[in-house]
Amino acid sequence: MKKIVASADEAVSDIRDGATIMLGGFGLCGIPENCIAALVRKGIKGLTCISNNAGVDDFGIGLMLNQKQVKKMISSYVGENAEFERQLLSGELEVELIPQGTLASRCLAAGYGMPAIFTPAGVGTEVANGKETRHFKDKAYLLELAFEVDFAIVKAWKGDTEGNLIYRETARNFNPLMAMAGKITIAEVEELVPAGELDPDHIHTPGIYVHRIFKGVHYEKRIEQRTVRKVN
Amino acid sequence: MALTKEQIAKHIAKELRDGYYVNLGIGIPTLVANYIPEGINVVLQSENGLLGMGPFPFEGEEDPDLINAGKQTITTVPGSAFFDSAMSFGMIRAGKVDLTVLGAMEVSERGDIANWKIPGKMVKGMGGAMDLVASARNIIVAMVHSNPKGGSKLLPECTLPLTGVRCVRKIVTDLAELDITNEGFKLIARAPGVSVEEIKSKTAGKLIVEGDVPEMIF
Repeated sequence: MKKIVASADEAVSDIRDGATIMLGGFGLCGIPENCIAALVRKGIKGLTCISNNAGVDDFGIGLMLNQKQVKKMISSYVGENAEFERQLLSGELEVELIPQGTLASRCLAAGYGMPAIFTPAGVGTEVANGKETRHFKDKAYLLELAFEVDFAIVKAWKGDTEGNLIYRETARNFNPLMAMAGKITIAEVEELVPAGELDPDHIHTPGIYVHRIFKGVHYEKRIEQRTVRKVN
Repeated sequence: MALTKEQIAKHIAKELRDGYYVNLGIGIPTLVANYIPEGINVVLQSENGLLGMGPFPFEGEEDPDLINAGKQTITTVPGSAFFDSAMSFGMIRAGKVDLTVLGAMEVSERGDIANWKIPGKMVKGMGGAMDLVASARNIIVAMVHSNPKGGSKLLPECTLPLTGVRCVRKIVTDLAELDITNEGFKLIARAPGVSVEEIKSKTAGKLIVEGDVPEMIF
C-alpha cells in the first residue's frame, strides 16, 4: 500500500466537519505545523481536538481557534492565548481538561488494543466524578477509557516510505502515542527516506501504525519560552 | 526575615540525596536545581520526556526540539535519555522518581493539595500535577505561607478544587519548614528571625510545635 502523499492538503483531504482529531506535540514543540496549516486552509469546522496544549494566539492549534474551527478541546493544559480564553468564557468553545499522564495513557491504550487503563491520577478530585473507581492493594484507581479518534496527526523527525518514524529530542512527547491511536494516522516528517535507510533498531513508531506520510516544508519550530544563559 | 524564593529553594535542596531522580515543578521548585549540594549527583526528570535535564543553553544554542515541561529551552547533561509522555508518566506512576517538588495554592493539614483551579477564573489545567501527586512517594511543596490577600495557605481543609489527597509530605514556605503528620502540620524549622508565634498566627490548620524549633541555616 502506498503511504506517501504529496502534501499536507492531500493528507487531510478527507477530514470532514465534526471530526475528532488528535494532534501531537507539547506546547509548540513537535507539532504538525504543515497539517495544521492545511486544516486552516481547508476551513472545516466543528472539530474535536485532542492535544496536550492548544497552541498560542498565532501559532499551532491557535491558528485553528482563530478561524473558529474547534468545537471542543481535550487537553491537560491550555490558555496560553487570548482568543482561546475569549471563546471559552463566551461559551463558543468547550474544554475538557484531563491529567497529562491520563491523556498519554489513553492514547497508549488505544494503540495497544486495551479498552481502558487504571490510574491513580485524579482520585479524590473532580476528575473522578462519574468514573468507576477500583482498589488494588488498598490504593484507589480511576478507570479511564482508551481514546477513539478518526484521525491522528503527528510530526516526526525522520520517516521512511513504509511509514516508520523517528522523533528528535523532546519533540517526541505525545507523537508516538497519538500515532498509535488513530483509525487513520497522518505523519509529517522533516526528512523522508526510502525504506531501508533507517536503522530498524532506531524506529520509534513502526509503520503499521502510519497510514499517510509526507515531507513537511518550511518548519518554523517556534520557541515558546526562550531561556538562555549568558556566556561569561 | 521571611525567606526569599531562592532561600526556599536552597533549603529544599538539602533534601536531595546522591542518586535521586527528581521532578521539579514550575516556579520556585525550578530554582532547586541551582542549589544541588556539592558531591551529590541527581538526575532531573522533565515530564515532557527527558531524564538528565541540564541548564539553559548559551545564547544562540537554543534548540526548539529541546524544552522542559515549562516550555523553556534547556540542554541535556551527559547520560540523558529521551522518551515519550506515556513512559514519562509511567516512571512517575511506578514510583521510580525519588522526589517531586511542586508549588501549591493551598495545602491541608492532612496533606491534600490544591494547585490547579480557581473557580470563576480562567482555568489553565492540571498539566501533569495530578499524575505526579497521585504517585510520587516523596512530595515537597514549595510556596509562600500566605496568599496575596494575607490569608493562610496552610489550612484544616483545602477550599479550592483538589489536585490530590493525602499526598504532601513536607512544605517549605518563606516562614517555615513543616512536615505533614497524622496530627497535622509539624513545625520542623523556622526561617531565621521568624518566631513560632508568627508561624502559629499565619497557619490556619493544626500546628504542632515540639520543644525548641531550630532556625534554618544558610
